[in-house]
Amino acid sequence: MLELKNITVTFNQGTVNEKVALSHVDLYLEKGDFVTIIGSNGAGKSTLFQAISGAVEVSEGQVILNHIDMTDYPEYQRSKYIGRLFQDPLKGTAPSMTIEENLSLASQRGKHFRLTLFSHKHRQEFQKALKQLDLGLEDRLETKVGTLSGGQRQALTLLMATYVTPELLLLDEHTAALDPKTAHKVLEISSQLIDEHHITTLMITHNMEDALKYGNKTIIMKDGHIIALIEGEQRKNMTVEELIHLYSSSTQDYNDRILLKQ
Amino acid sequence: MNLTVVLGALELGGIFAIMSLGLYISYKVLNLPDLTVDGSFTFGCAVSAMFTVHAMPYLGLIASFIAGVLAGMVTGLLITKIKIMPLLSGILTMTALYSINLRVMGDSPNVSLFECSTIFTPFAFLGTYHKLIVIYLLVIIICLFLHYFLRTQLGLALRACGDNEGMVRASSIDTNKMKVLGLSLANGIVSMSGAVFAQHQTYSDITSGTGMMVIGLASIIVGLTFIKKDKIAFQLFAVVLGAVFYRGVLTVALQLGLPSGDLKLLSALLVVIAIASTTVKRRKKKC
Repeated sequence: MLELKNITVTFNQGTVNEKVALSHVDLYLEKGDFVTIIGSNGAGKSTLFQAISGAVEVSEGQVILNHIDMTDYPEYQRSKYIGRLFQDPLKGTAPSMTIEENLSLASQRGKHFRLTLFSHKHRQEFQKALKQLDLGLEDRLETKVGTLSGGQRQALTLLMATYVTPELLLLDEHTAALDPKTAHKVLEISSQLIDEHHITTLMITHNMEDALKYGNKTIIMKDGHIIALIEGEQRKNMTVEELIHLYSSSTQDYNDRILLKQ
Repeated sequence: MNLTVVLGALELGGIFAIMSLGLYISYKVLNLPDLTVDGSFTFGCAVSAMFTVHAMPYLGLIASFIAGVLAGMVTGLLITKIKIMPLLSGILTMTALYSINLRVMGDSPNVSLFECSTIFTPFAFLGTYHKLIVIYLLVIIICLFLHYFLRTQLGLALRACGDNEGMVRASSIDTNKMKVLGLSLANGIVSMSGAVFAQHQTYSDITSGTGMMVIGLASIIVGLTFIKKDKIAFQLFAVVLGAVFYRGVLTVALQLGLPSGDLKLLSALLVVIAIASTTVKRRKKKC
């Protein structure tokens, strides 16, 4: 499914500010895998996502999705297969356009050069999809997205990213900027959508509990390396305390932020 | 003020409305400040003047549109392929166009179309208002075209591109192609307004386009302060109204004895006032 071979990303190559953000990362995901990723700031989690989605160029290695080598594909071409959500809820939607227009764009993934008139014929499908979110958005198709709350926008972005089922879904701390209740809700919706469509997913999180609760694999990253992969029985029997212990001991990171999150 | 003056103001207002509609695409839809406009307007004047001199005024109108598309494409490619910032890209194309325009006009700073048959000549039988009718017919055609285009899937993608570029890329749209497309279309329309301008004034001058960007901005901003609606139809109407109103203000100022050399100063002031009026209002709300 997704195969990362020896991925290296170096920023400011050849200058004094040279920084190796990812160093020889290998990763193999089966179809339907839901992997949670933990690691402190600067561990290379987001860079990993950027390398996969094409937002940064890899200086070494290959990104292979469904047996297609995507290493040289530009970002927008990879977006045909990859759905993405960011931490900032403002990043995933066009604020001065309506909910319907945003969804219409998302539903056209890969076929935008059409001169057919924008129509309301998909209205019912959109409403049905919005109903799943249970946020009351289904009656507000004409509302400008800019007037929605962060949680609503993130939920909408999630719906847009999965409207045409992507091969791969990248969730970059997509609930970190939301209040706990909304965060929980958005996570539940994510998990539900992922289950329903069997989407292969990578999710970055700082919440140890979520890291174990969702998905079937967990990766720990540090300094541009994947230092641990937890799966199968080991993961099933693991408690949050054990994960925190494993995390702290393997990364020597006793960051308060992580400990407080237990 | 007599009828000729009012008619002249309305006619020029219509021509500037076409130009503003072009600028609306780059400035409002794509959110790119495009200075190519000053060059592509003159480009349109020059190309259409040469065609008119050779007795092909209508072909000149189409040729000037194509010329503008090419100019916009150059700016678009400078921005997307060579990654020059939008403002500078526009200035570069505009500067280059100065030489090209001189070449087009046969190395002469102005070409007179006096006694040539223009796009207005065949309609002369309609009487005093024939120019007005032709110009506003063009305005309506362009408005209808834009109104359709901006509501197609492609138009939707173009609008989203000016709204949230990252999101558009994440929806598998090539934002670079969208920018080139938008700038091409914008400058094509601007250039066409230049063509009509040359026909209307019966001459083409190398400096015709100077300050056009500001005039277009003024029209858009003034128009959109009058009509605050998001529907495309209203926005297009607002731009046309803004352009006509703006021209009206200038005509009144000229009639009141303002030296014509001060017009550009007035244009710039009008833009500042229009922008200031929106920011001041916002600040008041915040308090």
